[in-house]
Amino acid sequence: MVINTPLIVCLRNILHDEIKLSNFEAMDWELVVRQARKANLLSRTAYFLRENNLLASLPDKVQGHFISALYIYDANVQAYCWEVEQINSVLSDAGVPCLLLKGVAYIESNLMSRKGRVFSDVDIMVPKDQLKKAERALIKCGWITSDLNPYNQKYYRLWMHEIPPMTHLTRHSNLDIHHSILPPTAKLKPDNNKFWESCISLDKNNLYTLSQVDIVLHSATHLFHEGEFDNGLRDLTDLDLLLGEFSIDRSFWDKLLNRAREQSLGRPLFYAMRYSSIFLQTKIPAGVLKDMESEAPPKFLVNIMDFLFLRALLPNHVSCSDQWTGLARWILYIRSHLLRMPLYLLIPHLLRKSWMGFFAKKR
Amino acid sequence: MSQFELRNRLADGLRFKVGNVHISISSTIPEVVEHFEALYCSYELLDKSEFIDFYIQVLAPSIFRRFFRPQVNFSFDGFFPFKPLPYSQAAAMFEWGLNWCITTHSHQYLMIHSSIVEKNGEILILPGASGKGKSTLCAALVCSGWRLYSDEMALIAIENGKIFAVPRPISLKNQSLNIIQNFSNDVVFGSTVTNTAKGDLAFMKVPEQSLEGISGDAIPSKIIFPFYKGKSATHFQAVSKGTAFMQMIENSFNYNALGKTGFEVLSKIIENCDCFNLTYDSLEEAVSGINRLGEK
Repeated sequence: MVINTPLIVCLRNILHDEIKLSNFEAMDWELVVRQARKANLLSRTAYFLRENNLLASLPDKVQGHFISALYIYDANVQAYCWEVEQINSVLSDAGVPCLLLKGVAYIESNLMSRKGRVFSDVDIMVPKDQLKKAERALIKCGWITSDLNPYNQKYYRLWMHEIPPMTHLTRHSNLDIHHSILPPTAKLKPDNNKFWESCISLDKNNLYTLSQVDIVLHSATHLFHEGEFDNGLRDLTDLDLLLGEFSIDRSFWDKLLNRAREQSLGRPLFYAMRYSSIFLQTKIPAGVLKDMESEAPPKFLVNIMDFLFLRALLPNHVSCSDQWTGLARWILYIRSHLLRMPLYLLIPHLLRKSWMGFFAKKR
Repeated sequence: MSQFELRNRLADGLRFKVGNVHISISSTIPEVVEHFEALYCSYELLDKSEFIDFYIQVLAPSIFRRFFRPQVNFSFDGFFPFKPLPYSQAAAMFEWGLNWCITTHSHQYLMIHSSIVEKNGEILILPGASGKGKSTLCAALVCSGWRLYSDEMALIAIENGKIFAVPRPISLKNQSLNIIQNFSNDVVFGSTVTNTAKGDLAFMKVPEQSLEGISGDAIPSKIIFPFYKGKSATHFQAVSKGTAFMQMIENSFNYNALGKTGFEVLSKIIENCDCFNLTYDSLEEAVSGINRLGEK
């Protein structure tokens, strides 16, 4: 397993404006394009290449793929800004505050992490006691739940931190409505009210986003509870960009560490810092990294996690895999379920799901 | 290239170019080998130092499925965009899959679902969804001295409105197969694939003259919207630029993704083109009508 793949070397350079890519040849660029496409990072790579004035100097064939990805990015931003407007106007009329998460939050708060980020759903959070009201209002305006399987419905509503994903009838856009950042059955139990207490108003009206420290904690928690890592490296570049932008304010690191401890999210933040340093050489002060060590698991567990994450966070591309990659991804998939719910709930759930999968195929 | 060599090359990835599109295809399926032997022998091969746009694999089924209703899978660099198809449709799956690869990853062009042919530097766009008779008319034109730019898609450069050629085998369905066989004696077809989602189909080989010396820098001068209608007289009707614009948008793969740029490129194209609706039954009449339009 090699961490310094062409894509990762390229990202380290262009994300931090340190350009030492003159030794890249046509074949390196081909791998950058292939790996970036698999990691959902083609638009982001293109965006930062353009921002560093490198795009025009690339071979024509390579440029073509990046230009194509930039058009997709622009169309994506435009479409989802419109969706946010639509959703917010429904929720605003219903009197439910709308807190944006992830991709749409980066765009609407004009953060660095919006740059080149392409996504396929709007993620929002509403207060748990107003969830029903929000759902009813959205259904009236054309948002429907496409998965009507009673078991899946029950699974989401009873055990998850979000309700079943909704799709708009005519625009076919996807909407995930969260009421917490982690499932209520998860081991880590951050206090959700605290996220609401420190959230930031975006339009002085009904649209909100998490505070800077909470955006980082949410991104880290989400990534390191995840079971599928197709977007893993992209989410790591989000963290790199968020940390880079927020830490211009020197007091940010203290605030971040204090908040992580207060919300018992030190562990995912430790992993976020560790792996964004290893993969992307994110600039984190040595003192901060040392301080984070108190949140680390025992040494042997760090070694195991390295074995797993150093593989799973690489692009899921044939040029980045070794004989252990499949196993690592599988173990992390199981881990994500164990983090989400205790065994006495998980085992019946997985049995039920595999039964449903088998049965669905037969039909 | 001998069949033996072709089979070996296909097993580790045959690299070749169609116009400006660079493809690597690997497959060990005999139907795919035959498809390439019959239809792709004149394309330029690429060596290992050339950039490849699309790495494609057409994969044989697992050992279990090899004996029980065998299936074939299409992979774009490790991604599987489609459900598997019956094994006998392997060659068609390659062609359809390549269409998908190009149309979903080439937004540096405005892409229109259309056939494109060229004669004496004049470029003709024949837009249209499946079943309107666009491919049949395109095949007939190619058999009558026009050069094939593409049977499936127009790749229009955003900077200058010029069209890039991607001359790949023409897909003909059901009755069209017989019609084109009767129309010309020189056509070469690959083997017929039966019972696909679109009926029976075969691919027609692109004449060598279409593959030679295409400059790819011509600007289209006519748009003809073909409409096959049994027992109808051949009829050309001029279409206003506004109507033509709307019909081109309907046939576009990525007008929405390009936003304002899409509008600007398409405006430039439409400004330069005379636009017609063509209703036809007789291919001979349609072809000679199109030739006469060119002379005016």
